[in-house]
Amino acid sequence: MKTPFVAAVRAIVSKDLRAEWRSRELVSAMALFSLLTVLVFSFALELDKSAREAVISGVLWVSLIFASLLGFNRSLSLEHDQGSLDALLLAPVSRSALFVGKLLGNFTFTMLVALMLLPLMTALYGVNLLDGWALLTTVVGVFGFSAIGTLLATLAVQTRSREALLPIALLPVCLPFLLTAVRATKGILGGAPQSEWQVWLQLLATITSIYMVLCLLLYRFVLEE
Amino acid sequence: MTQLKSDSPLVASPQPRLLRALTMLTALGFAGCLVLGLLVAGTDIQQGQVQRIFYIHMPAFFGAFTAFGATVLGGLVYLWRGSEAWDRIALAGVEVGLAFALINLLTGAIWARPIWNTWWTWDPRLTSAAVMCLTYAAYLMLRAGIENPGRRRSLMSVYGIFAFVSVLLTLFIIRIVPDTIHPVIVGASPQNAQGSFEATSGVLLALLPSMILWLTVMPITLMWHRYRLALRQEAVDALKLKALGG
Repeated sequence: MKTPFVAAVRAIVSKDLRAEWRSRELVSAMALFSLLTVLVFSFALELDKSAREAVISGVLWVSLIFASLLGFNRSLSLEHDQGSLDALLLAPVSRSALFVGKLLGNFTFTMLVALMLLPLMTALYGVNLLDGWALLTTVVGVFGFSAIGTLLATLAVQTRSREALLPIALLPVCLPFLLTAVRATKGILGGAPQSEWQVWLQLLATITSIYMVLCLLLYRFVLEE
Repeated sequence: MTQLKSDSPLVASPQPRLLRALTMLTALGFAGCLVLGLLVAGTDIQQGQVQRIFYIHMPAFFGAFTAFGATVLGGLVYLWRGSEAWDRIALAGVEVGLAFALINLLTGAIWARPIWNTWWTWDPRLTSAAVMCLTYAAYLMLRAGIENPGRRRSLMSVYGIFAFVSVLLTLFIIRIVPDTIHPVIVGASPQNAQGSFEATSGVLLALLPSMILWLTVMPITLMWHRYRLALRQEAVDALKLKALGG
């Protein structure tokens, strides 16, 4: 008998959250890394008053994606190294439940980092990122690249030089998210009328849905038999 | 050196007649298209001779499109049916498509130097075309990094399907991000496009045969040759395993 979908997802997510709560390894590393990325950008691009409006949303999204790479790699290589992925595969759990469980865990961790970055960047650069729409864009975008990131991290842990290969595999495929999310965030930050940036948010949601469906369909092929 | 026996897997099976015909057609067609593009078509009034590179530039992108499309098809059928042949087709598609995509980038840069006064600019379409090349380069790196052949085939089928997003992005990006200077030949060019020209009957005469050749015959022929190469590589690997195993 198979474990019901929701119960399986809940079990996997709560396992990931509990492990993270006890070690506090992943989120703190991701948070620190994203902070450093923001700082590096600030110095490298000399983010002053005139430059920041245009580039701030780009800095936000690139920092988020970089930090999430760290998280995806860690979350899947832990499963792989300790053989727990094999155990999960033996368990009577549907493959898509496995995917959704890992995805929700990764999404939560990346979202935590985002929730730290948004107020911080608001304070640092004097722009208003604490806007409902900006938050919605963040949720949709982070969800989208967490989906493809979870799938590709599962793929990458099975390769020889996995830490190096995940960014190479993920960054090009992430580009549609980066493009639309940056445009939407930029419009929202710049105070443009909703009609101007709404289309980017809609595009982002569309791309996220397409990727989600593809990931759900293809995840079982990425898992070891 | 020992003589190979004719039934050894290292001796290539003779090329099927269709493949020979296709190879001939590709070679002759390519020469013919060069004649059409370089000699028959008129010189562009504004851009001069450099416009002729377009007869290779755009067809090369569509050749890459066909080849990368074959990768998606190969990936889907492999995941569905599990036959290794389709994985070889997928790999052939990536290698042939990547070569075409690089030709596309290179010819574009050569054209842009006199027309845009720069080899490269961070235009949305140029950027996405470059990302497309990197995506498929990533495919080859990933593929080389997976040791188990069965795992390699199914993982790479999945990645080949996702990688196609970059092709679609390149194709449609100028519809979603209108601030491009890249000219559009089919349909109206964006108003800030630099160096566009009209597809007059003279241009079409040289372009159409070239398009058809690069879109169909050329990628299929090259992929077929690559497929046969993959078969022989597998034979060599099997022999190596046998030699090591005693």
